[in-house]
Amino acid sequence: MAEEFAVRMVDITKTFGHVKANDKVYLELRKGEILSLLGENGSGKTTLMNMLSGIYFPDSGRIYVNGKEVVIASPHDAYALGIGMVHQHFKLVDVLTAAENIELGLPGKAVVDRKAVAAKVRQICDRYGFSVDPDKKVYDMSVSEKQTLEIVKTLYRGADILILDEPTAVLTPQETEKLFAVMRNMRDDGKSIIIITHKLNEVLAISDRVTILRKGEYIGDMDTAKADARSLTDMMVGRTVTLNIRRDTPADPERRLEIRNLTVKDAEGVTRLDDISMDVYAGEILGVAGISGCGQKELLESIAGLQNTVSGSSVKYRPTGPDGPAEELIGQNPRTIAEKGVRLAFVPEDRLGMGLVANMTLVDNMMLKEYRAGKSPLVERKHPHDMARQIVRELEVVTPSIDTPVRKLSGGNVQKVLVGREIAMEPTVLMSAYAVRGLDINTSYTIYRLLNEQKRRGVAVIYVGEDLDVLLQLCDRIAVLCGGKLNAILDGRTATKEEVGYLMTSLRKKGELGA
Amino acid sequence: MTQLISLLTSAIVFGTVILYGAVGEIVTEKSGNLNLGVPGIMYLGGIAGVAAAFFYEMHAAEPIGIVGLLLSFAAALAASMLGGLIYAFLTISLRANQNVTGLTLTIFGAGLANLFGGSLNTLAGGVGQISVAVTSRAYRAYVPALAGLGRVGQLFFSFGFMAYLAIAVALGASWFLNRSRAGLNLRAVGEDPATADAAGVNVTRYKYAATCVGAGISGLGGLYYAMDYIKGTWSTDGTIEALGWLAVALVIFATWRPARAIWSAYLFGVLYWAYNYITGLSRASIELFKMLPYVVTILVLVAVSLRRSKESQPPKSLGLSYFREER
Repeated sequence: MAEEFAVRMVDITKTFGHVKANDKVYLELRKGEILSLLGENGSGKTTLMNMLSGIYFPDSGRIYVNGKEVVIASPHDAYALGIGMVHQHFKLVDVLTAAENIELGLPGKAVVDRKAVAAKVRQICDRYGFSVDPDKKVYDMSVSEKQTLEIVKTLYRGADILILDEPTAVLTPQETEKLFAVMRNMRDDGKSIIIITHKLNEVLAISDRVTILRKGEYIGDMDTAKADARSLTDMMVGRTVTLNIRRDTPADPERRLEIRNLTVKDAEGVTRLDDISMDVYAGEILGVAGISGCGQKELLESIAGLQNTVSGSSVKYRPTGPDGPAEELIGQNPRTIAEKGVRLAFVPEDRLGMGLVANMTLVDNMMLKEYRAGKSPLVERKHPHDMARQIVRELEVVTPSIDTPVRKLSGGNVQKVLVGREIAMEPTVLMSAYAVRGLDINTSYTIYRLLNEQKRRGVAVIYVGEDLDVLLQLCDRIAVLCGGKLNAILDGRTATKEEVGYLMTSLRKKGELGA
Repeated sequence: MTQLISLLTSAIVFGTVILYGAVGEIVTEKSGNLNLGVPGIMYLGGIAGVAAAFFYEMHAAEPIGIVGLLLSFAAALAASMLGGLIYAFLTISLRANQNVTGLTLTIFGAGLANLFGGSLNTLAGGVGQISVAVTSRAYRAYVPALAGLGRVGQLFFSFGFMAYLAIAVALGASWFLNRSRAGLNLRAVGEDPATADAAGVNVTRYKYAATCVGAGISGLGGLYYAMDYIKGTWSTDGTIEALGWLAVALVIFATWRPARAIWSAYLFGVLYWAYNYITGLSRASIELFKMLPYVVTILVLVAVSLRRSKESQPPKSLGLSYFREER
């Protein structure tokens, strides 16, 4: 009788420092099925799969492939067992061609036979419906092309067991559909596939079975046919998540920022932001909606003093309301803005590039904002130290210590550290870009709660988001950007998803601008 | 014309020294290891070769050139590869900082070589200057019939075998990196070790092999300098170190391509010796002329940075150590 399971992982445990990434996890993959591995961010999905593909070695536990107990000590071992993984961050060498990347690390004759490689690549492509140009350099490829190359690479190596780590995160809906079609082709050809994801609709659309992890522990598995979004969410988060985000009525909002005729052109002279005029009020959350790349980044960076603007643009900061004194923010840089006493907090999209220094510890990252404080020529370490300790405690940051480099933290914990630091400066304006991107549901709610606290404190909060449900439930007003233009400002309490979606994709005619 | 031929021949001799150094360093750097110990390794290669030849000539009743040559060649190769092994162990296995390790290796190599060089000079007695004349003559042997072909002969056939070996090694390295399977794997290790690792390449083994073989090639530069350039003597004037740094500059100038390093090395030689053929230079302007190779290297760096060609960049993970479970 043929073995039913392609893979069984039993009692797998793996720790990093003091953090248990996997705790006695169980997983089974049947032959010729697509299995979803579902869990929040930081639930240990990728860690588990890295142990199956030989990147990490488990502290304890057993792995069976095709019924036989195996030791997978390196990616080489994994390939020998027919296991191939497509990582979220592609493992491709930029300066090599597609064919060279495919051939990399394989045994064979001393000289690579390029023609034979190309022929075999073409054969795989034809069989499953991919398209790959063997001579194209990876640095010339789009994200979707790179992913296709990764999958072809694993198949070329004779993988029967494929692991895809959040493959759809970087794809457009059309590309996702194409990927799913290819995955079904592969399954029908007898391949066994594990797809890591935290998107419920994808689990339901593509997989035969689903295994759920939570905080590094195995929760259970079930046939997808018997599952629905509700039951999966319950298993994933451990308790029912109400989508009710708290939203107070703004208490006497006053005008804090006056944005007038804000126009930004990029280095190529393309207009990224076109004549934006709007007000931002203290004590409210202003949502900014739009398809990505429609000027959201330029808007926030202009206010923060990080963008060159076209002359005539103006952003006035009024610390005491519309009739008080005003401070022009355009033409300044973050340092001069801070020196003028404007407490502007910014949680950028690129957390480890712009927000925090990945190689520095939590304490040092706290210090970045205040190293100039005080008269002593030496930096004062006590305050940032206390601040880091407080943030770790209050926001429940999972970290071995406050002296750990932030790059070692998971995405959600990095964001908590960043938001915590920005809030600790007691800002009057708080700007955030995609503050919950890639975060699990619980961390997302923590962020919403923090933003609401700031709103109650009378801070003017700007929330650039991509999830319309969240925008509609969190924000008091929603500014919709479309192609760099301000298309509308809607009341968050009355606007509908369809309305916002429509305004994001189609510009209104002149004079129609309401609210 | 005679002047030009003379400039070109001295440029080729000069270029051969740094060509060995540079090709070895390119092979090393392609694995992601920035070995700034090149000067030290060239010292090790040089002194080991001289010492081996010296003891052979001292103990053999009738020294035979070819035997001295083989012995010194093997000794130079072994000593410089040992230097590479020290560097490899420190940076790959212990993950020490590559810059610090490399610079230390340079100091170590120079010190060790000059210590033994001084001792050999004392052992040699007499004029206080050793000479391994028989072996050196074997290194400098050429085919008289070919070298006698007028200017062509002088320009192409008047050198010892190591000048031609250097070209062969450079072309071989070029072929290895661009055509062979192991070369492909090695380039991937230097670009992106995590990717190479995931693809099943043994990163540690490749780094060790490339660093040791690269050091072996670099060390031959020191051997050639001692046996051919200064004709089988030893001098503690620090020239090898200067040439070693020039070899490192040559790696950048050649944008990590061994084949390009060949003509670049000779160009460096022409630039370096140009002052000899320009009359009426003061001492100060001679030193300025000797700077030319460094100046053109800086210009190449600027040009490459401006062009932003992906092909002319250093290996992406150059200078970084690799640890698989690092997150």
